[in-house]
Amino acid sequence: MSFYRGMTCENVTLTGDDGTKITAYVARPAGPGPFPGVVLIHHLPGWSELYIETTRRFAHHGYLAICANLYEREGGSDANPDDVAAKVRAEGGIADAQMVGDTAAAVKWMRAQPDNNGKVGLIGSCSGGRHAFIYACQKHDVDAVVELWGGGVVMAKEELNAKKPTAPIDMTKDLAAPLLGLFGNDDRAPSPEQVNQHEAELKKHGKAHEFHRYDGAGHGFFYWHRPLYRPEQAMDGWNKIWAFFGKYLAK
Amino acid sequence: MCTSIIEVTRAEGMAKRGDQWFPLSQAVVAYDHARHAPLGDVITLDFLNTALGADARAGIELTLETAKELRAALDRAIAAADFEEAEVRGKGAVPRLVQAA
Repeated sequence: MSFYRGMTCENVTLTGDDGTKITAYVARPAGPGPFPGVVLIHHLPGWSELYIETTRRFAHHGYLAICANLYEREGGSDANPDDVAAKVRAEGGIADAQMVGDTAAAVKWMRAQPDNNGKVGLIGSCSGGRHAFIYACQKHDVDAVVELWGGGVVMAKEELNAKKPTAPIDMTKDLAAPLLGLFGNDDRAPSPEQVNQHEAELKKHGKAHEFHRYDGAGHGFFYWHRPLYRPEQAMDGWNKIWAFFGKYLAK
Repeated sequence: MCTSIIEVTRAEGMAKRGDQWFPLSQAVVAYDHARHAPLGDVITLDFLNTALGADARAGIELTLETAKELRAALDRAIAAADFEEAEVRGKGAVPRLVQAA
């Protein structure tokens, strides 16, 4: 096999939360497999090109990867993801419960693939990092979870609402998969203090985790198309992800 | 930054996207990381009509500094507009403004 693995990509339809049909982008490495699976949870800017590219990045590294459009209900899969994300923002985001239902559909899809090796990892950034953590606390069907600078894991009581009824940090005792967390020390949401609180709760409950905090980086330091991008920290972070998933998703 | 700083307000009027105008239903003001402008955190303004679909949107991303300048300009223009309105309608204005007009 050549160093650069081929892949095939397609959109599939999942039956998401409440039976709603949602679209998901799949990237499948060339070859017979079996492949470890990765489910990506997109960030607040939506089912964006960055997430589609990142889905392919996982396939390039030998993972069968899927990224569901969690904003499908707000504009379908044909609308400009940017406009859909603005609509979601105007509506106060999506409900945590709906996200869990949609992500469960992506995990189920992954586990049903004959070329999946039986292992499934979960990764998300920004709101998706928060979502990935919530999912791994509520559903016990993933083998490893990566949270990239999840904002709003620590929430004040007055921030809770019908869509976000429980602060994720209060779900820590139910976390059922090893967690890798990457954070920028210049970030304000989550702030370094909130990251410390998050980690203290993990330690309190004896949860397997590794947190890495980067100086000179703020929020979204993987986003190569944004001024927030920090190449050195991002590449180190990616290596942490490959090592972590390599350890927990190998058969 | 992944903030929950967001304000949603009613908007009556129209906005332009491309070469099309569409009627508005709401305006959304937020402070979060920029999606397009080559900036970090920005004030975003979205003028929307959610009844027309996600693409009925005119979006703006501004630095905090220029957003403050815009706010000041809006305040000045609105104060002047209120003055004009008071003059034309001849009622509802404070006496000082009526005399000045």
